[in-house]
Amino acid sequence: MALRDVNTASTTTPRTRGLRDRLVELAGLVTTPLVPSDYLDRVVPLRAGTALRGRIVGLHPETHDAVTVVIAPGRDWAGHEPGQYVRLGVDVEGVRQWRTYSISSSTGREDGCIAITVKAVHDGVVSGHLVRHARIGTVVQLDQATGGFVLPAVRPAKVLFVTAGSGITPVMGMLRSSRLTDVVVVHSARTASDVIFGGELRAMAARGEITLVERHTSTDGRLGAAELERLVPDLAQRRTWACGPGDLLDALEQHYAARGMADRLCVERFRPAVLVPTESGSSAVTFSRSSRVVDASTSISLLDAGEGAGVLMPSGCRMGICFGCVVPLREGVVRDLRDGAVTTAAPGDGVLIQTCVSAAAGACDIDL
Amino acid sequence: MTTIQNKAQSPIAHLTDEDITALGVELDAIREQILASRGERDAAYIRRVIDVQRALELGGRGVLLFSLFPPAWLAGTTALSIAKILENMEIGHNVLHGQWDWMRDPKIHSTTWEWDNATPATMWKHSHNELHHTYTNVLGRDNDLGYGIMRVDEDQRWKPGYIAQPVWNFVNMCFFQYGIAAYDLEVGKYLAGRKDKDQFWAEARVVLAKIRTQATRDYVVHPLLSGPSFVPTVAANATANVVRNVWTHSVIMCGHFPEGVETFSKTSIEGETRGGWYLRQMLGSANISGGRLLHIMSGNLSFQIEHHLFPDLPSNRYQEIAPQVQELFERYGLTYTSGPMVKQVASAWKKVMRLSLPNNLLRKASEGVATVTSVPRKVVSAVLPDVTSGAAA
Repeated sequence: MALRDVNTASTTTPRTRGLRDRLVELAGLVTTPLVPSDYLDRVVPLRAGTALRGRIVGLHPETHDAVTVVIAPGRDWAGHEPGQYVRLGVDVEGVRQWRTYSISSSTGREDGCIAITVKAVHDGVVSGHLVRHARIGTVVQLDQATGGFVLPAVRPAKVLFVTAGSGITPVMGMLRSSRLTDVVVVHSARTASDVIFGGELRAMAARGEITLVERHTSTDGRLGAAELERLVPDLAQRRTWACGPGDLLDALEQHYAARGMADRLCVERFRPAVLVPTESGSSAVTFSRSSRVVDASTSISLLDAGEGAGVLMPSGCRMGICFGCVVPLREGVVRDLRDGAVTTAAPGDGVLIQTCVSAAAGACDIDL
Repeated sequence: MTTIQNKAQSPIAHLTDEDITALGVELDAIREQILASRGERDAAYIRRVIDVQRALELGGRGVLLFSLFPPAWLAGTTALSIAKILENMEIGHNVLHGQWDWMRDPKIHSTTWEWDNATPATMWKHSHNELHHTYTNVLGRDNDLGYGIMRVDEDQRWKPGYIAQPVWNFVNMCFFQYGIAAYDLEVGKYLAGRKDKDQFWAEARVVLAKIRTQATRDYVVHPLLSGPSFVPTVAANATANVVRNVWTHSVIMCGHFPEGVETFSKTSIEGETRGGWYLRQMLGSANISGGRLLHIMSGNLSFQIEHHLFPDLPSNRYQEIAPQVQELFERYGLTYTSGPMVKQVASAWKKVMRLSLPNNLLRKASEGVATVTSVPRKVVSAVLPDVTSGAAA
């Protein structure tokens, strides 16, 4: 990673940047109303100085419903720390969908690639697509890696990882990248064959690099906090990183708090909350830039709700045909008043919606 | 034509309120059917059209660097003309309609797209998407009826200036992109003192800046890059612009001006229902029949009826739903106006020429032929309860 930083620094001295900007500006006179990158991106989508993208260069099935996707990131990729996640934009049935995935590969890959490991979740638009339909060569959209689920610079002497299902992915990134001396991994999966990276984890255990406790929930049931104490007798001496379903993490947080060790636990949640559209009633709609919150009925348009609250809403035909009222939905869930189609947005998505034909179907945050 | 409210024989007199509601429900179902199947195939289509357009533009302009050689001039000008037409019609017009917003690709989105046209995208979206598509063919509300410089309906009051309108139409055709910019700026309204001066000049500065950038590209930068081919490249770019202007103007004239297209009076849309709005779009638009190439080059505005019914559906799907829409017309006893391009353009031009003269002169000229009669408004209201009664939407 240090090497990469040096490389990035050397290409962006003020003088070269200035010259490049001027050249781009001149090229813009030739290509207007398009910009030069509209042409360049078709040919070299991974070049420096454009939106960050990546190309799928490898697909490795891990279990019957999980696949590792190896991605060659664009030139501007700034690297990642083991345990961090990345936002990935994939076109599924023609629609760009953004999701976050933990990086499961080690940081020191010679080919500069990163890998994410995706488990197909029930009704998962993107995970299902990646597991079943992803193709090598496809260009995907990326954001820089981020997230605080990382090991401290001074590695703790004793570490415990508690994971379940695809929660192993960020932990695998850490295990592959970091030299840790005393590691216990307690991992839950439905059956032995459902364990993602099962072979690699067992090999690590066989080499004595980790102590592996596999729990197969179809036969052993779900892991409880009290049981964890029994499985890991020196729990109190270990710093713990946990990733998995919300109820497991909730139970761990309660247990660690009760024992006064909350500061020794770090958790990673994949989906903060599942957005379920409400059929009737009303929801809180926040117009964040106007600092207004209104209680909007599920049967009136967001345009009417916003105007009623004195927000300066862009508008046009008010019947869904002119697209003059389109604004970003920062977070939340809306329903199309014409056909009932539901659109959801997670933070960072900024899904553009037509306010004149969309009603709140849950709490919404609108970028106005 | 004359507004259907002033016609002796209304083409919708046979439809009841219930019929019009049912019509709306059927059209909503067609819309649903496309929304449900919209996907990867459509996304691939628009990306392919964009790729072809960019390759043609890049290739055409590349060849024009050597436009001193006549074959290069001809090939380059042809490629550039086609590229400009595709850019304005199948890509620009339709992207700005939001037809591709569903892909959530910020590079192909109505809020970010800018096109190779004198009028800036934001201004055009207002005058076109909002005013024209909402008030389609309503006299006094839809300025696309003659663009404020022509009389294209018997019910528009004749003024002596209209005598020269065939000339205006010809000039507008050759410089259509500037005509659209002036129209979007509401130059006429400003000159008549009905538009706020500050607002007008703020908008005008934006338009002029865009025109300057476009003109610099076509008449300075590319000619300079062509070196000794400077003058031929200027000529090539001017030609491509005029070819694009003439083509788009002709296609657009076919949309609402040919014989058979109906217009509506201002009061007729008060309290208009969804079905009523659909009905107005059906009667107020005309298609062009032809092959696949014509449809692509016209931006699928050859399916103007389908486009006006569903302005936000992807253009590549209009052809697919056209048979269903046509069947609907037949079942509801309505006329699906369509014809080959030459016929439709001629019909539109004939109307521009005919209506350059006042109605009473026309009537004398066509004595013995069916006469245009005005019916008292009350009678019309009785005949057309849904459209004129102000029933709740």
